[in-house]
Parts: sequence; structure tokens; C-alpha cells
Amino acid sequence: MSKKIDFIKRFFQDFYLVIILIFLYAPIATMTVLSFNNSKSRTQWGGFTLKWYTQMFSSDTIMTALYNTLLIAFLSSLIAVIIGTAAAIAINGMKRVPRTIFMGITNIPMLNADIVTGISLMLAFIAFGISLGFKTILIAHITFNIPYVILSVMPKLKQTDKSTYEAALDLGATPVYAFFKVIFPDILPGVLSGFLMSFTMSLDDFIITHFTRGAGINTLSTLIYSEVRRGIKPSMYALSTIIFFTVLVLLLITNFAPKKKI
Amino acid sequence: MKKRLFKVAAAAAVAVLSAALLNGCGKSADKTGGAGEVYVYNWGEYIDESVIEQFEEETGIKVVYDMFETNEEMYPVIEAGGVKYDAVCPSDYMIQKMIENNMLAEINFDNVPNIKEIDKPFMEMTKSFDPENKYSAPYCWGTVGILYNTSMVAPEDVPTSWLDLWDEKFDDNILMQDSVRDAFMIALKPLGYSMNTTSREELAEARDLLIEQKPLVQAYVIDQVRDKMIGGEAALGVIYSGEMLYIQQEVADLGLDYTLEYVIPEEGTCLWLDSWVIPANAPNKENAEKWINFLLRPDIAKKNFDYITYATPNKGAFDMLEPEIQNNKAIFPDVSTFKDFEVFKYLGDDVDSIYNDFWKEVKSK
Amino acid sequence: MNKKLLSGPYTLWMIGFTIIPLALIVYYGLTDRSGAFTLANIIAITTAEHSKALWLSLGLSFVSTLICLILAYPLAMVLRAKGVGQGSFIVFIFILPMWMNFLLRTLAWQTLLEKNGVINGILTTLHLPTQNLINTPGAIVLGMVYNFLPFMVLPIYNVLVKIDDNVINAAKDLGANFTQVLLRILLPLSVPGIVSGITMVFVPALTTFVISNLLGGSKILLIGNVIEQEFTKGSNWNLGSGLSLVLMFFILISMALIAKYDKNGEGSTF
Repeated sequence: MSKKIDFIKRFFQDFYLVIILIFLYAPIATMTVLSFNNSKSRTQWGGFTLKWYTQMFSSDTIMTALYNTLLIAFLSSLIAVIIGTAAAIAINGMKRVPRTIFMGITNIPMLNADIVTGISLMLAFIAFGISLGFKTILIAHITFNIPYVILSVMPKLKQTDKSTYEAALDLGATPVYAFFKVIFPDILPGVLSGFLMSFTMSLDDFIITHFTRGAGINTLSTLIYSEVRRGIKPSMYALSTIIFFTVLVLLLITNFAPKKKI
Repeated sequence: MKKRLFKVAAAAAVAVLSAALLNGCGKSADKTGGAGEVYVYNWGEYIDESVIEQFEEETGIKVVYDMFETNEEMYPVIEAGGVKYDAVCPSDYMIQKMIENNMLAEINFDNVPNIKEIDKPFMEMTKSFDPENKYSAPYCWGTVGILYNTSMVAPEDVPTSWLDLWDEKFDDNILMQDSVRDAFMIALKPLGYSMNTTSREELAEARDLLIEQKPLVQAYVIDQVRDKMIGGEAALGVIYSGEMLYIQQEVADLGLDYTLEYVIPEEGTCLWLDSWVIPANAPNKENAEKWINFLLRPDIAKKNFDYITYATPNKGAFDMLEPEIQNNKAIFPDVSTFKDFEVFKYLGDDVDSIYNDFWKEVKSK
Repeated sequence: MNKKLLSGPYTLWMIGFTIIPLALIVYYGLTDRSGAFTLANIIAITTAEHSKALWLSLGLSFVSTLICLILAYPLAMVLRAKGVGQGSFIVFIFILPMWMNFLLRTLAWQTLLEKNGVINGILTTLHLPTQNLINTPGAIVLGMVYNFLPFMVLPIYNVLVKIDDNVINAAKDLGANFTQVLLRILLPLSVPGIVSGITMVFVPALTTFVISNLLGGSKILLIGNVIEQEFTKGSNWNLGSGLSLVLMFFILISMALIAKYDKNGEGSTF
């Protein structure tokens, strides 16, 4: 009896998982199929083709946007990591009240709506007379990335043992040397995760970039937005398929290759 | 979970960075010579990209090219000065607004000798928004009309009036323009009012008419009209005349079982003219003049026309076209019928905000 | 102490690119074009079209959040019951779509829902009447649920897996049935995750303009669209800022909720 109930329960659990999976993957699968469709129509199969992929790879605009997206993601994460880690160390050594104030401010860009962050930055850039372009997107991305760095470095800092650092100082190490030899290895996982989190956030951002971008510069997100508003472009399906499978393959490699070794 | 996410991200970061670096190396090579830059701000799909390349090759000036969707979207960008553009291509009424707000620089036509190629009537037409022909150089012109799908519209229902866009037969089959002045023009014309009215009452009537139409409208779109109509998404769509040639070619290429036809409703429509202007804060004014002069060169204007298919006011380019195209009335409507047409005018900030408020009311209904 | 110096760049950065920008929004929101103080831009939320857009946004994001919660909670429970570890492949599969670009995910739904889109194509093949799917509030809710569902699943899952199996087993041994376990143990213990999930879904849904633009055919005006258009088309920055301040009021409420129910950051998404 209880076995039967167990079986039914299992069945419903699996059934539910499958339903959600279909909901999540049907749109992606559709785009993948359409990216190979020779016809521009979304309801008729016009034969297999790779022309949308050729079109995508030979399109200067798409490739430049890809380059911009990656460059901005990399630079903004790198700078955010430097500023954020330094800030986390300082905040960690602060007294209660200033620390609460700092952490409160840190939370603003994370919890605020993207549209408000984007608009406020745009207003500031124009007020400061900074012309909108690559550097304003970069500044905006650094701004919303720093909090992720601080929030992932802080817990690691709390775990580090202060006395080892002080011992290093007593033994004659300079603070910088002691920091890199003693504290840095401890917080490195936090720094790395902050970097990668920032990188991901930067890759996916559209709204803030939309308000802070300037002439002739597109990231993938802003490019897709304007292309979609202009009409159906099967090369966008090709782009989406490529992005999806890149992520999927990377996932499989990182998840399952090392496991076998162990 | 966390660790896994980051591992993937790490691998992704490495992979994409190497790609980025490779791409970056390739890119630095094609930077154009030392003749400076020109920042161009144009409508979407409004130039043959090889024209840009040709300009860069011939002059050594690097073109930084950016696009906008509507005049209303372009204006705040120029006004804020967050990006300083050298050459912009707005429409008639917007040029007038920019002139009146001192946002434009006079073009030195000594540097733009090709202005002589522009057909006389268009220099006259320009005077309605740029009274002394000092600030603008015509680029494209056309009308606004209704595009219909022959398989979805019975012969007896072929639209003749703007009010056919209110026909319940076409419920959810109508594509309207998502641009405030065009939308109000469509409602003002059948009411018998000028599309340049400043009367709050007349505009309120037009607003109510647009609200009445809204349940029948499938979507408010701009550039998407073209692809959606070709894809058979809707029966009627409001469209700029310049898209016609492209649409007819595309329909023929795709071998569709319907055609798309363009009509200008009997109440008349707007005649529009997009012209190049130079913002007052342009950092590279001389390069902008070179750019404009280049675009006005007949062979370039012809090349551009072949690609974007919007009517060219360039006499030299027009003469080079096939007679068949010269006589295509959808693209080049008869100049002698111009009296039924109106050109948009800038109506002042106060009237502008009435338009904006009313349009918002339409959209929020 | 030179340690304090380390916070220097950050302090400058946050003043320059967070505090001053927000102050500018407040300044613009409380002044008119000539720079004189006014509350008109805030009061403007009460006009028919703005309040309608705000209510519609609140309504649609409420419905989306609710659907996300209803879908995500059982999902998180199933994942927990299946005993899949934190780093298992199954869990990853559920958040993998999150890695797709946000706009591409929305574009995918546009492709499915359009009049000549994939769903209607399938219906036609089956000789069923085609449905009017795109450009409706339903399409927008669908887009929101699809885009933000992982933000609900993750925090709830993260909280649920931390609940000790022994607690549940003890309750069962004492005669508690499934409903009692759910209501007395799982739900109360997962409140931080639920609250965090709700804000993670509600705030972006409330303020979106992209989803309503792409899946609503510009027929449906949400408060995000109004604000975006005031900046990009209407060029009335004062009004746009004023309405943003109204929006921030709702965001502050969410922040307060998080602070109240998720003190230790247990329900954080990442």
C-alpha cells in the first residue's frame, strides 16, 4: 500500500518536473529549430540551412557588439573587484555605525530598480558633462558590480584570523606583503566569486546600458533590442542558439569532467 | 550550487575573453586614417551601409554611426548633449523645433556644392520649416498611407479612407504607427481638421477617435510594420511610402500567395521630408558638411535609393533611375497633387505636451 | 590607520555614481523645468493615465509573483525531496535558461505567441481556431513569469535544503501528516526564502518596460513604459524623475520587508 502511494508520489513529482522543464525549454528549443529554417516564416519549414549562422558571423555589428559586451563585462568586473575588495577590507575593520551606513549604501544599486539606476546615472553623466559612450557604460557596470564583490568578500573576511596577519606584521612584514601572503589567499574564493558574479551580471544587463550608452556603441543586449523592434531577424535565433549551447557545453565540461577524475 | 555557478562562469569568462582578444586584434587593423571623425545620427535602416564605407575610403574620415526610431526619441538626445553628433537626419517639423530652440548650426553651403542637385520643389518645401534654406539639406521624402494585404482584404473593402482603419472587420488586424504626430494625423484628417491643429478641442476629438480604434489595433509599431505585413501578420498597416519598393521585391522573392498594396486615403496625408542638419554643438562641423555633400552626390544618392527605396529629392539621382521606377506613383507621387497634402509643423512646446498627454491617454486606455 | 584609506576609492565612487545620481533624480523630481520647487511631478501619479499604468503594473507584477510562487514552491520541494545535492545537474538544468540573454528569452516568447507564431501554427495544423495571444496582459504575465521564475526558485530552494531532515521525521513520528508538516514546519522555516524570492520577482516585474514593449505591442502601458518614454521620447525629465520617486517608494517597501524577514541573508539567491 505505502509502496503504491510512494510510486504515485514519485510519478507526480517527476511529472511536475517535466512540465516545468517543458515550460522553460520550449521557447529555447523553438528558436534553435527556427535558426536552421531556410524560410523566414515561423510556421513553415523551408528546409535546412546554415545561412543565418553565416549571416550572423559575417555581421560586423553583431561581432562588434559581442566584443563590446565581453570587454565591458571583463573590465567592469576587474575594476569592481579591485575597488570592492579594498572597500570590503576597510568596512570589515570599521565600527558598527559606519559599517551599517556603508553596507546600506552598498545595497542601494542591488535592490534599486534597474530603470531608476540607469536613469539616475544618465542624469549624472549629463550633469557632469561626461559624453555618453563606452566609458559611461563601463562606469555604470562597475557601479552595479561593486556591491556583488563586497557581498561575496565580506563573509570570507569575517572568517580570516586577524592574529596571523598581526603576527606577520610583528615579524617584520610590510602591511602590503602581509596582506598578500596571509589574508589574500583566504579571501581569494570570495574575490573570485565576486568577479564571476559581476561578469555574469554585466553580460545580462540591458536596462542600465540602454540609458547610459552613446553613439555607435552597442552591447549584445541593446543590439538585440533594436533589432527585435525593427523586425524578424533569424540571425537573432542563430545568436541565441550559439549562446545557449556555449553555456551548456561549458556547464557540462565544468560539472562532469572533474568528477570523473575523482 | 554557488560553486558550480562560478565554475561555469569562470570557464565562460576565459572562453569569451580569448575570443574577445582575438576579435580585438583583428579590429584594430581597420581603423581609418587621421582625417578625424564624423558622428552621424540617422533613422534605422535608412542608409546603404556600403555608402558609409565608401565615404570612409574616399575621405579618410571615420564614421561613427548611430540610429534612432522616431523624431521624438532623437530630440532629447541632442538636447541633452550627452552625445555630440555632427550630422542628424530629422523630419520637417522636428527641424523647425530645433531651429526655434537654437539647436542647429547654419550649414556652410560653400562646402556642400551638391545642394544644387536637389530638385527645386523640395527647396521650396523646405522653406515651410527652414524659411531661408540655411539649416537643412533634403535627404528623402514621401507620404504616409495604408498598406493592405490582398488576401485578407476583399476587393470591395480596399481602404480608401483613413476611417477604414476603424472597420470592425479588421479587428486585431490593424497595425498603427507608434509615433505621436503620425497617429494624430490619421485621426485628424478624417475629422476634417488640419494635422497641424493647435486647438485642444480638435485634438481631444482625435484622441477620442484613437481610443475608439484601440481595441481593433493589433499593435503600435514603427519599423516592424514592414516585416509584420510581409509575414501576413495583419491586414492593414500604416506605413511610409518609401518601404513600398522593398516590400514588393521581398513579396516577389518569397513567392507569397498574396501581394501588398499601398493606398493614400482620400482625405489626404502628410508629405514629409527628412533632411540632414548639423547640431549647434557639433564638434566636427566641416566633416559633417563633407558627409552631407557626399550623400547629395547623384551617384551616391542613387546607390542609397536602390537600397533604402525611399524617394530621393535628388534630381541627378532621379534621372538615373529606370523609367518604370520613376513612374511608380506609390514612391514618387505626382508633384501636381501636392495641394491635398500637408507638411508637419512644429507647434510649440505647449501644444507638444498636449499631444504627448493625449497620446499617453490613448496608450493607457 | 591606513586601512581606512582603502575605502577611499569606494567612497568616492559611491558618492559620485550612486548618491549624486539619486540626488539628481530627487532634484529633478521635485522641480519643474525652470528649476522651481514643485510637487506636481509626484502628484502627477494621480492622473488617470498614470495611476492606471501604476495599478496595471502592480496588478500584473502581483499576479506574476503569485504564479512564480505557486510554481516555484512545489518545484523547490520536489527538488529537495528528490534529495538532489546543491550542485546537482537537475538543479542546474532549472536555472540554465537564466543564463540566456534576457532579451533573447523574451524574443523567444514573441516568436511563440505571435499571430503567425509557432503556437498558432500548431493550432492551425490541428484544425483548431487560432488564439489571440500576443499583445495581451496575459502575454506580459507569461513573459514576466518565464524571465523571473528562477529568481523565485533559487532562494526558496536554498532555504529548504538547509532544513534538517530529522526535524521533518520527528514531526512525522509524532503523527503529523503532510499538510501539517508543510504548514507548521516547511513554510515557517522558508519564510526568508519566500520573502527574498517575492522581492526578486516583484521589483523587476513592477518596473519593467522591455517585456511590456516586446510582448504587449506598445498597447499596454506600464509605469516602467511611462517613465522610459518621459526620458527617451517625451523629454520631460522632471515628470519621469517624479514618477521614478513614486516607484522607489514601492521598492523601499520591499527592502524593508527583506530587512524584516531575512535578517541573516539566508534567502539570498546566490
